[in-house]
Amino acid sequence: MAGLHKSEFANPVVNWIDTRLPIFTMMQKEYGVFPTPKNFNYFWNFGALAMVNLVIMIATGVFLAMNYTPHVSMAFDSVERIMRDVNYGWLLRYVHANGASMFFIVTYIHIFRGLYYGSYKAPRELLWMIGVVILLVMMATAFMGYVLPWGQMSYWGAQVIVSLFGTIPVIGDSLSEWIKGDYYISDITLNRFFALHVIAIPLILVFLVVAHILALHEVGSNNPDGIEIKKNKGPDGHPVDGIPFHPYMTVKDIFGLGMFLLVFCGIVFFAPTFGGMFLEAPNFDQANPMQTPPHIAPVWYFTPFYAMLRAVPSFAGTQVWGVIVMFGAIALLFFLPWLDRSPVKSIRYKGAITKVALALFVVSFVVLAYCGMKPPSPVLLLASRVFTAVYFAFFLLMPWYSKIDSTKPVPERVTYHAH
Amino acid sequence: MAATADVPAHGPAPATTKRDFLKLVTGASAVIGAGAIAWPLVDSMNPSKDVLALAELEVDLTPIVAGQGIIVSWRGQPVFVRHRTDAEIKEAVAVPPGELRDPQADAERVKAGHAQWLIVSGVCTHLGCIPLGTKSSDPRGSYGGWFCPCHGSQYDVSGRVRHGPAPANLAVPPYVFDGDTKIKIG
Repeated sequence: MAGLHKSEFANPVVNWIDTRLPIFTMMQKEYGVFPTPKNFNYFWNFGALAMVNLVIMIATGVFLAMNYTPHVSMAFDSVERIMRDVNYGWLLRYVHANGASMFFIVTYIHIFRGLYYGSYKAPRELLWMIGVVILLVMMATAFMGYVLPWGQMSYWGAQVIVSLFGTIPVIGDSLSEWIKGDYYISDITLNRFFALHVIAIPLILVFLVVAHILALHEVGSNNPDGIEIKKNKGPDGHPVDGIPFHPYMTVKDIFGLGMFLLVFCGIVFFAPTFGGMFLEAPNFDQANPMQTPPHIAPVWYFTPFYAMLRAVPSFAGTQVWGVIVMFGAIALLFFLPWLDRSPVKSIRYKGAITKVALALFVVSFVVLAYCGMKPPSPVLLLASRVFTAVYFAFFLLMPWYSKIDSTKPVPERVTYHAH
Repeated sequence: MAATADVPAHGPAPATTKRDFLKLVTGASAVIGAGAIAWPLVDSMNPSKDVLALAELEVDLTPIVAGQGIIVSWRGQPVFVRHRTDAEIKEAVAVPPGELRDPQADAERVKAGHAQWLIVSGVCTHLGCIPLGTKSSDPRGSYGGWFCPCHGSQYDVSGRVRHGPAPANLAVPPYVFDGDTKIKIG
């Protein structure tokens, strides 16, 4: 047939389909022979794990949505019905709720890999920025999903987060009212959060993930040495430091998936509330707009940013500065490719200053997370302020310390030891 | 092709290697794993415990005197419970099944020893309306049973179709007697 590419698959049915819609050729190119650096370590599993986690959330979410009612008088009861009456409803709920926490664990580690090995540097800047947008969209989805069970923490967490938008000068009040659809967090708010959480935002998330993967396949993966393997091609046109994705990385990913599922199932079946950290105690009470729980805290994956929010005092009659700092903490991630002035990518070839800076960053993230979980106190307030400053210093001082830091010479070939 | 390297290509019949065995075991585990994951999702769509709890209905027959009937809701549908008089039972038994559009003897539609109790589905077998005739003020049609106002089907005292477009007798739901004064439908 004129004009069509020639597919060469042994199976005639596969060949027929591929000539008309080259998905098999695409799968072969992108996941079959795609050259992957041979010095990958297990940090590179986490992107694939995040994708699997997304599929798990969508699958369990669909079946939960079959039994959930997004009305204030029935939401909490419908969740209890899922837990008690629906066949395997308890399993669907626990997988979905703990899946959210697992999703953030996997994503935070995935991001850390990027920071550690310089995966955000050219030519992967856009890939990185799409990733930051994915993080923001994940946070929005998680927030709205948490409101749906309509427990005490659902309601009061929503109250706090929506009022953050109310602090924006001039437009704050109308914005907050527009988000709620009402003068308070009401049935209208719950219904729209349901629509957004179930369809609109997951759809956007899926498109973003597709863009993320396309951007990755265009430039190729980074690796622990930060070397661009495409610069060194063999006589057959393939990078000499590359190996085909299948079977090496498919098998490695399946193994990593096994470990991930082991941890995930351990939590789901043996510690489904994870000591009140993944499924918080106040949420087992139905929402009561007339009674604030003694301690409002977001779920653990939001607590570092919550600590930053609380660390910033009111100034000139408005609390918007805390909001700016909190969103700024994530916005700074966008600029990382340009903040890092180091000539090398991977921390393996960077000097001591960068290593200390990154270590301090991780420490500050963990300390802030702890501070964000606890009720406010003078000691924790001081700690939050100090470590918010450390967190921001990691980014804002980077143009300076990444330039003056010593570097080691980057080898031509990746460091790889066959075993 | 980037397929996994297989057995060496020499020799007429390649021997089964350990790799083949491992592939088989992995494949089998993957299938079992996929099933284990799919089953809870699929089963969650089956009737849940609260639905199953409503699947059985107990009806106390003591308040229903002879000649009277009630309508109960079972699995979301109406069910007629009629206490037939002796005359009505005689009338029902006397009809030769050959005359009926949907031949069925009266004895097949009631429980032995409880012929005075007729329990039938209250859904017309034509297009699903609820026939009139349970209340004493209702029209009962020419056969003393039920009359469907939608298209004029008529049923007799055994719930069998005698006239009109309905193709079949009123369905008899599964039920058992719990003593003489209680039935469990479903």
